[in-house]
Amino acid sequence: MPVLTDEMTAAIKAFIPRYPNKQAVTLPALHIVNERLRYVPLEAVVEIAAILELHPAQVQDTLSFYGYFKQDAPGGEIRAWVCRSISCALRGGEEVLDHMCHKLGIKPGQTTGDGKLTLEFAECLGACEYAPCMLAGKELVKNLTNETADQYLQKLKAES
Amino acid sequence: MPKFEPVLMANMHRPDSHTLKVYESTGGYQALKKVLKESTQESFRDLIKNSGLRGRGGAGFPTGLKWTFLPKDHPGPIYLCINADESEPGTFNNRYLMELDPHQVIEGTILSSFATKASTAYIYLRIEYPTCYEHLEAAIAECYAAGYLGKNILGSGYSLDMYMHRGAAAYICGEETGLIESLEGKRAWPRIKPPFPAVEGLFRKPTVVNNVETVACVKQIADRGVEWFKSIGVPPDPNNPRDAGSYGPKLYCLSGHVNKPGCYEAPLGITCRQLIDEYGGGVWKGRKAKAAIPGGISMGLLTEAELDTPLDFNGPGKVGCLGLGTAAVVVADETVNMVDFLHNSCRFFAHESCGQCTPCREGTHWSLSMLDRIKAGKGRLKDLDLLSEIGNHIGIIPGTTICGLSDGAAWPIKNALKKFRGDFEEYIKRTNPTGYMITDAVPALEGAGSH
Repeated sequence: MPVLTDEMTAAIKAFIPRYPNKQAVTLPALHIVNERLRYVPLEAVVEIAAILELHPAQVQDTLSFYGYFKQDAPGGEIRAWVCRSISCALRGGEEVLDHMCHKLGIKPGQTTGDGKLTLEFAECLGACEYAPCMLAGKELVKNLTNETADQYLQKLKAES
Repeated sequence: MPKFEPVLMANMHRPDSHTLKVYESTGGYQALKKVLKESTQESFRDLIKNSGLRGRGGAGFPTGLKWTFLPKDHPGPIYLCINADESEPGTFNNRYLMELDPHQVIEGTILSSFATKASTAYIYLRIEYPTCYEHLEAAIAECYAAGYLGKNILGSGYSLDMYMHRGAAAYICGEETGLIESLEGKRAWPRIKPPFPAVEGLFRKPTVVNNVETVACVKQIADRGVEWFKSIGVPPDPNNPRDAGSYGPKLYCLSGHVNKPGCYEAPLGITCRQLIDEYGGGVWKGRKAKAAIPGGISMGLLTEAELDTPLDFNGPGKVGCLGLGTAAVVVADETVNMVDFLHNSCRFFAHESCGQCTPCREGTHWSLSMLDRIKAGKGRLKDLDLLSEIGNHIGIIPGTTICGLSDGAAWPIKNALKKFRGDFEEYIKRTNPTGYMITDAVPALEGAGSH
C-alpha cells in the first residue's frame, strides 16, 4: 500500500511546473505530506523520490537536515512551538516551557498520550514584541504566562 | 529637518490592509504602472542605484550595485529570490510587511524583478509565519488575476512569474547561498563564494537575493523618487571613503525589557536610546538598561553607556559591534546576568550551525558546553580565556568558515567578555568558590547540548 494518497501525489505534481528541475519540489513535497500525516515516514520519502526522479537518499538527506520533519511517528493534532530565544527568554519564555513540560508530563519534541499536542521549543518565532510567545498550529499565543499556558491547554482539552 | 512621516507602515492600520482593493485605494501599483510605461530596465536599475538604498537584511550591501553584478546581455533565465526567512533573534519587521501589507512587498518584488530582468521570483518564507503565507499566497493570486503578474504585464511586454517557497525552520536558510541550496531541494549548506549568486546562483543561473524590506523600499523609491529617499537618514561619512551612507526609512524592532515593544518606522540613524525611550516608553519596571543588542543577536552587545550609538549602517561598528544587522534592538535590564544572556546566545548558534565548517560546528558547541558548565556552578576563570579564543577564531572575519553564521556566534561572545567580564568573573567565583582557579582539563557536563 502506498503511503501517499492520489491527492498528495497530485498536490506534489502541481508544484513541478514552478521550477526548472524536480529536485526543487523536495521541500514543498515534504510539507504536503507532513501537513496531512503529521510526519514523513521513510516509505513516503521513497515515494516522493520516485515522483521527483531522485534517489531516496537525496530526499532523506534534505529531510534530515531540517529538524522540522518527524519520521518515527505522527505528531499531535496541534504542534505547539514555545520560543526560547533571547527576547522571549528575557521575559520568562523558558520558565513557561518548563511549566508546560511539567504540566503535560512530556519533554520538548514529545506528544501527549492522547495524541492531542506535540510540544516543541522554537528558536525565535519572530514575534518578539509579544514575548514570550508560542505558535500553536497557526495560532500565535501572545504574552504567555503559566496561567495563560494553562488556559490554552484547558481550551484544547475542551475542544476534544 | 521636516517631521518624519512613516511610509512603509503607513497603511498597516487599515482594515483588510492585506487585500488588493485596499492597497490600490492607497495608490498601490501606480508605481509599477509608471515604471513599466516610462522606464527601461536599465534606467530603473540606475534610479535605485542612485538612491543609495542599502539592503535591509543585515549586510547593508548597496542594492542597485548588487543588481549591476548580473552579467550583461545574459540570455536568461535570471532569478530573483526574496529572502523572507527572517530568523535572526529579535527580528520581526518583515512579518509586519508580509502580514499587513503583502502587496507592498509584491509590488517591490515585481519592480526589482523588472530591474534585474528576472523571469521568475521566488519568495522564500520561513515556516513560522503561517499568516504571512496565507496573505502572500492570496495577494499573488490577486495579482495574476489583475494582470500585475504573468505574461506581458500591463501590456509592457515584460513577463514575470512569482511563487512562494516555504522553508523548514532553519536559521541558515537566511544566508543567501544557504537559501539557494534549500530552494533547490538540498540541505541548506552555504556555498563557497565566488562564484557569487549574481553570476551563478539558483539553478546555476544569475540570481539576485533581496530582503523583504529592501524591495518594499524599492517600491517607495519608485513612488516618491530619489530625492525623497535621500532626504531621510545619514549621508556618507566624508572621512570614510568606503561608506555608502545610510539613507531612507527603517523598520526598527524593539523587544526585551521595554515598556512598549514593537516595530517602529524611523529614519535611519536614530540612536538606540531614542528608540528605547521615545518609541518604546523606556526600560520596564523603572529599571535601567544593562545591555542592548543593536541589530539581532549576532551583532553583539551595547553597554548602557553606549546606548547613544546611532543605529545607522556605521554606528554599531564604531563601538565594537558587528554592525547594524537587522536593526532589531533587544534590551536587557540591570537584573539580567550576562552568563544567562550569553548561554542563550551560544545555545542558539550551536542549534543553528549547519555543521558544514569545522570551526563553526565545533566552536559553537564547545562554547555552549562551557557556558552550560559555568551556569551550573562549575566554571573556572580559565574558561573565559578559552571562550575568547573560540570567539576570536571562528568566522569569515578570521577567515575560517564559508559563511557568516560563526561571526554572528562569535560577536556576542567577544562583546560579552570584553564589555561585561566582571559579571562572568563574579558569577564564577561566587558559584564555584573552591574551583574557580583550577586550570586542569575538565570534562564537559553530561547531557549538555543544544538539541
